[in-house]
Amino acid sequence: MPKPCDFTPRDRAWQPPALTLENRTSVARSPRLALHPLQNTLSELTGPVFHNSEIGAHDHDLLRNFARPGESPIGERINLHGRVSDENGRPVAHSLVELWQANAGGRYRHVNDSYLAPGDPNFGGCGRTLTDADGRYCFHTVKPGAYPWQNWAPHWRPAHIHLSVFGAGMAQRLITQCYFEGDPLIAKCPIVNAVPCQTGRDRLVASLDLEASGSFDHIAYRFDIVLRGRAETPFENRPEGS
Amino acid sequence: MAYSGDKEKETPSQTAGPYVHIGLASSAAGFEIYDKTFGQDIAGPHAEGERIRVHGQVTDGDGAALTDVMIELWQANAQGRYAHPAGGGPVEPGFRGWGRAMSDFDTGEWVFDTVKPGAVDGQAPHISFWLVARGINIGLHTRMYFSDDAALHAQDPIMASIEPALRRATLIATRSDEDTVPIYRFDIRLQGHGETVFFDV
Repeated sequence: MPKPCDFTPRDRAWQPPALTLENRTSVARSPRLALHPLQNTLSELTGPVFHNSEIGAHDHDLLRNFARPGESPIGERINLHGRVSDENGRPVAHSLVELWQANAGGRYRHVNDSYLAPGDPNFGGCGRTLTDADGRYCFHTVKPGAYPWQNWAPHWRPAHIHLSVFGAGMAQRLITQCYFEGDPLIAKCPIVNAVPCQTGRDRLVASLDLEASGSFDHIAYRFDIVLRGRAETPFENRPEGS
Repeated sequence: MAYSGDKEKETPSQTAGPYVHIGLASSAAGFEIYDKTFGQDIAGPHAEGERIRVHGQVTDGDGAALTDVMIELWQANAQGRYAHPAGGGPVEPGFRGWGRAMSDFDTGEWVFDTVKPGAVDGQAPHISFWLVARGINIGLHTRMYFSDDAALHAQDPIMASIEPALRRATLIATRSDEDTVPIYRFDIRLQGHGETVFFDV
């Protein structure tokens, strides 16, 4: 198989910078020196491959994947679905999507979370799936609750779901967070506001999708994800120093 | 083709936050959920080559070790092939070449076991690292090279492109042969003196 085409450069002015003073933790965890440009090699153009046989039948269904038999988690039942494509508009097929979130009260199932909202014995808070041939994915879950965190001052995180996406090569690797249309906490969140422009911040908000809700047992939200695209042709002969 | 060709911008990144383990390594969060956890077995039982252990810490600008960092690693097998359709050829059954390492909640030490990769595409043997954590707004890419390959480093095009040259040492893990398996120490510094080289890939 020939070498895949290079990924197009990441637009660093569009993505959050390493240092965002509004978020206290980024101050000591942000590199101060310039990133070193690295022309893609096979090491960046490739990445792990996952198969449907490795994914359990209910891994994508957070209403069931941790619940006791006959029970289900408390909260507003939602269906989070969307399409993973690249910047060229091509579907990102058969790609691993993993998510994690707090329960409906804003509490995570994590040894380090001590927020006073109660745990939900029927909710693990994680799921995973592979996109289909058209790049589509779907999770069943409950809408997470907002919760407080200590920044420079106490802040509230808007309800959000963390998503991790692979693509075809490690250079496309992305972790993001999805918020919910209409939440007044979004505009006040220092983590959301790490994204420099409003157009970018809007892209992190899942839209209410009543038409996709179908049966009357959940509300659907749509969240599309775009990964880096590829140059149109393989670029084997590079000018010196590029 | 039906694709519009219109350039849509990449989805903006957001920090993985302190609870990344829930989604990507639930046993570290304190529970089991999936039949098969991804990222724990990197090389598989049939991989050829030298079995090695890699460990280290990720430290911040204050010199404090991160206790909530997740590292993903990606590497070729001993023949320099990746487990990918365009990876250069077949690999041993069970070899994925990808894994996840979570830092210890108390000490910040992380560790993984694998095989030493071969040279890839004219580059010296290396393992690609991708780091996410609370306070890291977009995943950081770096590479780990091996201290016993010094002669190859001089020929490596990526290594050679790094200026000033003294920063190249931040990418080299130090080998120790005092245990039953070779152990490489690779400490990553996010900021300040000896800041690790991070790549815009």
